[in-house]
Amino acid sequence: MSKILILAEHANGQLNQATAKCVTCAKAIGGEVHLAIFSNDGQAVAKQAAGLADVSKVLQIDHQDFSHPLAAQIAPELAAQADGYGYVLAPSTMFGKDVLPRAAALLGVNQVSDIMAVNSARSFKRPVYAGNAIVDVTVPADSLVVATVRTASWAAAGEGGSATIEQSAPQSDRPAHTRFVELRTEAGDRPDLQTANIVISGGRALGSAENFEMIYALARKLKAGVGASRAAVDAGYVPNDMQVGQTGKIISPELYFAFGISGAIQHVTGIKDAGTIIAVNKDADAPIFEIADIGLVGDLFQVIPELEQALS
Amino acid sequence: MKVLVFIKRVVDYNVRVKVRPDGSGVDTGGVKMSINPFDEIALEEALQMREAGTADEVVVVSAGGNECQQQLRTGLAMGADRAIQIDTDKTLQPLSAARAFLALIEQQQPGLVLLGKQAIDDDNNQTGQMLAALWGRPQATNAAEIVINGNSALVTREVDAGLEVLDIDLPAVVTTDLRLNTPRFVKLPDIMKAKKKPLDVVALGELTSHDDTNLQIGQWSPPAQRSKGIMVDDVAGLVGELKNRGLL
Repeated sequence: MSKILILAEHANGQLNQATAKCVTCAKAIGGEVHLAIFSNDGQAVAKQAAGLADVSKVLQIDHQDFSHPLAAQIAPELAAQADGYGYVLAPSTMFGKDVLPRAAALLGVNQVSDIMAVNSARSFKRPVYAGNAIVDVTVPADSLVVATVRTASWAAAGEGGSATIEQSAPQSDRPAHTRFVELRTEAGDRPDLQTANIVISGGRALGSAENFEMIYALARKLKAGVGASRAAVDAGYVPNDMQVGQTGKIISPELYFAFGISGAIQHVTGIKDAGTIIAVNKDADAPIFEIADIGLVGDLFQVIPELEQALS
Repeated sequence: MKVLVFIKRVVDYNVRVKVRPDGSGVDTGGVKMSINPFDEIALEEALQMREAGTADEVVVVSAGGNECQQQLRTGLAMGADRAIQIDTDKTLQPLSAARAFLALIEQQQPGLVLLGKQAIDDDNNQTGQMLAALWGRPQATNAAEIVINGNSALVTREVDAGLEVLDIDLPAVVTTDLRLNTPRFVKLPDIMKAKKKPLDVVALGELTSHDDTNLQIGQWSPPAQRSKGIMVDDVAGLVGELKNRGLL
């Protein structure tokens, strides 16, 4: 049976949920699932990882150079640890996308990016052209599989596992050419639009930048990222970088709220991979309702405060 | 400092691609082709560095058949000093592209290499990281700001938690994200001038004989379409439905 090594993502002593999603993908491939944790002190994260269902071993590699998730430090060590494995997986988050191709190159293979489905142990589906096409990619039997896992396509693995934790020191040399300076979190504590589990977007119907405060308030309650339609951006209610859609950000949160967004194709292209889409619009004929999982015809100025209260 | 910018010829971002009915790929016949938008941002950044005096030469490079000369000419019209075509009729997988780019880097000895974070056709997001790995140099992906300080650079990167700042030694590979800048429009006189700028052609085989193709591309299919869901009458109905589905 093939062995699968997953690069775990974590911050502040917490295992990122994207890791548990990789475990589910690994289970679909089939094999013995191991997790690799690179940290300056990975004990707490290793414990959480060991508790994931279907994980049999956790490699805890501690070194002060792993205090920050730098690709230049982690990739060579991940490549060294990959010896004996048939698969090396990482979540398709900014972290995984940064580290894994660097490791893949050191291992001499191309990476399969963004696995959304497993056809067989060596054949995978992945999106291309911003999700407008899906392609099957096969990795020949004699080649190591290095792949990122599209987190929006997989449920998180459950708990109840009891993997062994193996601590070791790094085997590779780490370069001095890359230095961490700082991490700045944007927009207060609001999660990043592109990776937030929940995203709340507003459209032109919000009517003003001030009214967007309602969206921010609801987002704080749900720990959600905030997006906007192109119409809202063009109207100057919110900055450019909040635009969701074909010409803005293409996102795939588990839960997406569209308030006062009509559902122009250009916007829908940016959200069609969301887990569940909830649309609230005054116009019962708005095209957004054609793709929404749950629709509510109503005035957002009433619905948002009501919703906020219902969630308190 | 010499800056090397790698650009890729891709289907223009305004074109809605369609999967061919036989699943052999997407229809690209007759559609508008452009510089990959993220690579265009990389080129714009290099040009701004030259204008600010931190760069003295901007070389734009693309791998492909003669058709990619069109994008190289656009790059020259934007302001690149010269262009190099890595001539190949093959579709290069990221590691192959990185291997060829590295060979060119060894010839050109740039102080900085810029390219887009990903191409909008294959959406791989690998080539820059692979190039940095093979080169044994720093990488800073998804750059939102680049400040050159002599032999090093401060790069602000877009990461999931916000913005991360790295201090990297040069030479290095930096991949560019949407927020870095807004590329300039090409003016007609610049297009005329670009015709006189040097465009060298080097055969892929002169750079590398290594074939890194290890992925087999199979059947293509259109994405699943979302179907219409249910309607609820009020907020209570909405919250109830979300709770039923385990979403709240």
